[in-house]
Amino acid sequence: MNSFVIGYYALLIGASCLAAYFKQRQIFLLIFSLTLVSFVTGIVGGVPALRFITIAAGLLALAAGVSYAFREFLIIITPEGVAKELRTAPLTAAFGMFVIFTYAIAGIFAPVIAPFGEAEVISSAFAPADENMLLGADQLGRDMFSRIIYGARNSVGLALTATGLAFILGAFAGLMAATKGGWFDQLMGRVADVIMSVPSLIFALLMLSIFGTSLVVIVIIVALIYSPRVFRLTRAVAGNVVVMDYIEAAKLRGEGNWYLIRKEILPNSTAPLVAEFGLEFCFVFLLIAGLSFLGLGIQPPTADWGSMVRENATLISFGELTPLIPAAAIALLTVAVNFVVDWMLFRSSGLKEV
Amino acid sequence: MGDILQLVLKRLGLGLITLLVISFLIFFAVELLPGDIAQAVLGQAATPETVAALREKMGLDQPALVRYFQWLGGAVTGDFGTSLISGERVSEAISDRFINTLFLATYAAVIAVPISIILGVIVALLRNTIFDRVANVVTLTSISSPEFFLGYILILYLAVKTQYFPAIASLSSDMSFGELLHRTFLPALTLVLVVTAHMMRMTRAAIINLLASPYIEMARLKGVPPWKVIVKHALPNAWAPIINVVALNLAYLITGVVLVEVVFVYPGIGQLLVDAVSKRDFPIVQACCLIFAATFILLNLAADVGAILTNPRLRHPK
Repeated sequence: MNSFVIGYYALLIGASCLAAYFKQRQIFLLIFSLTLVSFVTGIVGGVPALRFITIAAGLLALAAGVSYAFREFLIIITPEGVAKELRTAPLTAAFGMFVIFTYAIAGIFAPVIAPFGEAEVISSAFAPADENMLLGADQLGRDMFSRIIYGARNSVGLALTATGLAFILGAFAGLMAATKGGWFDQLMGRVADVIMSVPSLIFALLMLSIFGTSLVVIVIIVALIYSPRVFRLTRAVAGNVVVMDYIEAAKLRGEGNWYLIRKEILPNSTAPLVAEFGLEFCFVFLLIAGLSFLGLGIQPPTADWGSMVRENATLISFGELTPLIPAAAIALLTVAVNFVVDWMLFRSSGLKEV
Repeated sequence: MGDILQLVLKRLGLGLITLLVISFLIFFAVELLPGDIAQAVLGQAATPETVAALREKMGLDQPALVRYFQWLGGAVTGDFGTSLISGERVSEAISDRFINTLFLATYAAVIAVPISIILGVIVALLRNTIFDRVANVVTLTSISSPEFFLGYILILYLAVKTQYFPAIASLSSDMSFGELLHRTFLPALTLVLVVTAHMMRMTRAAIINLLASPYIEMARLKGVPPWKVIVKHALPNAWAPIINVVALNLAYLITGVVLVEVVFVYPGIGQLLVDAVSKRDFPIVQACCLIFAATFILLNLAADVGAILTNPRLRHPK
């Protein structure tokens, strides 16, 4: 029993007593169950396990603090209407927005932020971190930190392009299917069925084996694979709008399909489509990361998170954390987008679970 | 009973047609190659004579449709032709690996299915408490992480730092079953983590949907104790969505398996596929894709049929 362990339990028990005294049932339950869990892990893992829990709790508190501050910041700088919406955002969504914001900055200003170029060899292979290189060097002696910053630009940029294309394809086909109906609707529906009945990664592998792994090919293939999801959603959402009276009125006025889509249907189905864009981005991003990890995505020397994990994987057998950082970067962005989407879905559906 | 049988047969027929279309797609995708397979294998530097010779050897001088039916006929009987690189029979390269992959997927499923259903029900009962929110964040994080991230974290902490489990899942035929389970534990655990998160969320959603229905409220209002509401009223109706959730996630396992096999150097069909793709060994790519797609379609079909069998309302379509 050293002073750390005594302080640890004193803090937890004190906090749970306070929570119980002030009738904060939820918080009390959480803290007290954490205390009980700590008993068990403390016995099994000893002091290191307790330290780990402390660090995790500290990081969580830090993240909560940052998201709270970021939300307040957004509320102040945005105009009245948006600020009102933002006030309802849970901390997780604020955290998601903060992460997305950070990634965007890193991606856009990559050449300014990164100390070295993405393909610049500056030291020996797998050199450890020093004052020059924040995270050490990779398998060819390039600066890991710079490559991660550039990766934000390359990996996310590619995923965004592919998602955008998938969206344009899917949304256009969906809107046309909903407005035109008939054989076009049927045909597109069957095509979507077929594409969706093959697992996406398998489909992508098949196509990449045939067309090779150039960037254009990857973008087109990934967009094709994920457009059926957008197609189905758009068709369903637009299908609900198409039967409205104002569409009938516009048709009677003699407006064409293109006008109907642009001026009547699209504005009335943006909310679910925006949420779908976020979700779709997550899928696309994970698929492209997976392909890069398999060595079939963005080709070297361009920095890309998925392939960086693969190239540096040998370091893991020496107990090094560095190869996990690009993988963590992928996970963090996907989580962040998911958090924001979760909130948007909740808001747009008015979903209040029982 | 006749109705159900007819309905199930109809679904099976639909699945078969889908599979046929997919096989068509897989075969003719390769036909889209600039030039043809022979040219792609030999490269730009090949002389026209060698290309012509290979073309004849592979039967490329016949029309594509004829070759498609030959290939399909072979595939049905388990003959996928020969590998372009090693010259080995594809069926031989695949058969052992396919069993390994099935073993891994089953291993993961056996652990994941009970855990996730139980956890999903618990979280649904605790909905809107702080535990539910924590579970939401944890499962969302697990879903959002690429499989290789989870895999390498497990390798780092359970294999490299503590050495509880081997980092590389090498298999040999003379291993005991216990040894086999131990060797393949980490890849299975990676799959479990991803699939459990998915299944938990879907189970939770299904149960919450159910608990909102009027007859549950009725049961509550007439004073039935909470556990009885769950066991007697909710659970019998929950089977349909739960079966659906399980089958869909097993289908998801199929894709996850490819990345996990590569991370753990597991001798499965997923790794074979990835190798074949980078070497452009088309017969193997086609065979693996067909197998994966067939499994995927089969599991989705199982989800459909399961839903029909457990939900009386679906048995009588309007």
